Amino acid sequence: MANKRPFTDILAESMPKLVLAPSFLIVMVCVYGYILWTIALSFTKSRMLPQWKFVGFDQYSKLFNNDRWSVSSENLIVFGGLFILICLALGIFMAILLDQKIRQEGFLRTIYLYPMAISFIVTGTAWKWLLNPSIGIENVVRDWGFTDFTFDWLVNSEMVVFCLVIAAVWQSSGFVMALFLAGLRGVDSEMIKAAQLDGASMSTIYRRIILPSLKPVFFSAFVILSHIAIKSFDLVTALTGGGPGYSSDLPANFMYSYAFTRSQMGLGAASGVIMLGGVLAILIPYLYSELRNKEAR
Amino acid sequence: MNKTKAAIAGLALAVSTVVAQAGEVEVLHYWTSGGEAKSVGVLKDLLTKEGHSWKDFAVAGGAGEAAMTVLKSRAVSGNPPAAAQMKGLDIQEWADLGFLANLDGVAKKAGWDDLLPKVVSDIMKYENEYVAVPVNVHRVNWLWANPAAFEKAGVKVPTTWAEMIASGPKLKAAGIIPLAHGGQAWQDATLFEAVALGMGGSEFYNKAFVKHDDATLRSPKMVEIFKTFKQTRDLIDADSPGRDWNIATSMVINGKAAMQIMGDWAKGEFTAAGKEPGKDFVCAPAPQTEHQYTFNIDSFALFNLKSKDAVEAQETLARLIMEPKFQETFNLNKGSIPVRQGMDETPFDSCAKASMASFSSTAKSGDLVPSFAHGMATTSSAAGAISDVVTNFFNSDQSAEEAVTKLANSVKASL
Repeated sequence: MANKRPFTDILAESMPKLVLAPSFLIVMVCVYGYILWTIALSFTKSRMLPQWKFVGFDQYSKLFNNDRWSVSSENLIVFGGLFILICLALGIFMAILLDQKIRQEGFLRTIYLYPMAISFIVTGTAWKWLLNPSIGIENVVRDWGFTDFTFDWLVNSEMVVFCLVIAAVWQSSGFVMALFLAGLRGVDSEMIKAAQLDGASMSTIYRRIILPSLKPVFFSAFVILSHIAIKSFDLVTALTGGGPGYSSDLPANFMYSYAFTRSQMGLGAASGVIMLGGVLAILIPYLYSELRNKEAR
Repeated sequence: MNKTKAAIAGLALAVSTVVAQAGEVEVLHYWTSGGEAKSVGVLKDLLTKEGHSWKDFAVAGGAGEAAMTVLKSRAVSGNPPAAAQMKGLDIQEWADLGFLANLDGVAKKAGWDDLLPKVVSDIMKYENEYVAVPVNVHRVNWLWANPAAFEKAGVKVPTTWAEMIASGPKLKAAGIIPLAHGGQAWQDATLFEAVALGMGGSEFYNKAFVKHDDATLRSPKMVEIFKTFKQTRDLIDADSPGRDWNIATSMVINGKAAMQIMGDWAKGEFTAAGKEPGKDFVCAPAPQTEHQYTFNIDSFALFNLKSKDAVEAQETLARLIMEPKFQETFNLNKGSIPVRQGMDETPFDSCAKASMASFSSTAKSGDLVPSFAHGMATTSSAAGAISDVVTNFFNSDQSAEEAVTKLANSVKASL
């Protein structure tokens, strides 16, 4: 009886678990539960509503024979690759420029960061006007007297995917810049001073000391950008509507239209599972390297 | 004193009887824009006059896509609305899943079979019994033309596709865009089905887009249709991708473009701009489809309900929708024509009158065909597959032969 603890102690001890339990449950059901549900659906012949008649890998073979799916996945590779690369490059470049102890840095930083506060729908709509040949940039330049100027990517099915890249980079590079700027501020100034004493030039210092120490920032930026790329849906909807034809479709748009508007839920689920596979292919190496680093410490 | 008492008692009695019989109908629809909302208001008033109450459940956006998504979740959770706006083959899919109520009682009493063309009533029936009630008919194969633009270029409004393509250079020389078009998948499909119906004829059209006959889909005729379809691309300005249909219509209204192939909802844009049919704009059948009619019908499907009052209210709603009064007022507001045959034509404008005459005559001749671009001819998956091929072909360098093979293959895969 002596070791009977007061109730408040027990409460205090289990408080964290109690508080976390609801959100844990919700995440388990709504994220992992529905992932399993979607995987199960992708093996059924579900059309308008879920239907539990299993058909094996039928939906997957249909998916990989679908022209629209191959266009949208190729688009994702082009769009995702360019978007991530340009965002990283521009982000680092702007961060380094801003890091030169300039006046009004806070003000400038806010300007570059601001696009991130806008939703992709707004970005898409604004760029739709800018890129539209008859009212946007092309028209303005022609009015200046350069009548041969053409910039018709938005209505050109070969080039339209680059329009997505332009708008997405405009929106996200400021955010990447902020990430890198924070990283740059975290670099030990002693190290830089030591290098300067050794006679290293500024570019060598950046190349050999500062950038390598920003590796974790690279990783975070990469993971954030790649999931923005994979889940991009609203940008396509607002900027191009998937057109011309379906030449600017991304997998998320494909998934939505098949699962919800074309009564081919099974096929939509299969495409969702493939997208999840894509995310995992990026995420698992990242988590692995993160965890390994922690153990090494 | 006694009189007032009696009056109050009578009133109370009246109220109580009304309450006892009155049911509530929750109606899911996506008619939210100005003219459409007004049209729905008509139905609401008629229903309230009969003592039932109307619970509005409007879901805007995406030509009903959003509404369908909401409907699915409501139905799956066992709480469907009493009635939902639903079109074409979707009705069959819902009925197949056992969600829809049988309306045969109402239909028999009002004689719907005699009032509706068979092609239309077949869409409303599942296993030979009515499960949905049609509201209006839109004709899709219209050509909207600006006569002033044609006069300026010195050409006539085309009646064949060859004429239309030939008129292109002259119109362009006069600084007019020959064909106003919005590069969205459904608009590409609308143009394509007009070409296919005109060049192929009704039988060919039905075989290809309703029955999905493989040989027809792969036929040389289809290759020819695709070739002509691609030629119309030259009549369209370069900036068309993504343009909304009403923007394209406004190009015809202000004379920037000469014509547009679009359903009769385009008329609303002309009349809203203060233009008069026959004078400021011309509504002609799409080339080579003078004696054919592509229909797009809006309808309400009624869901199985448990409460008896609700079922009664639901059946009242179905009966009211088919009655002449609603058919007339609603369609005058909406710009479409009544689906009910034998209505008085006087209040309608000349385009609607032409549409009504053609609707009746084509219903007899078998040239009344469902529009696949608007989900009347085939399942949403097959219609989606066709429009994917069509829009991709229209916007790329694909050859017509290749597109036809793709068409047949992807239709097969979608079934």
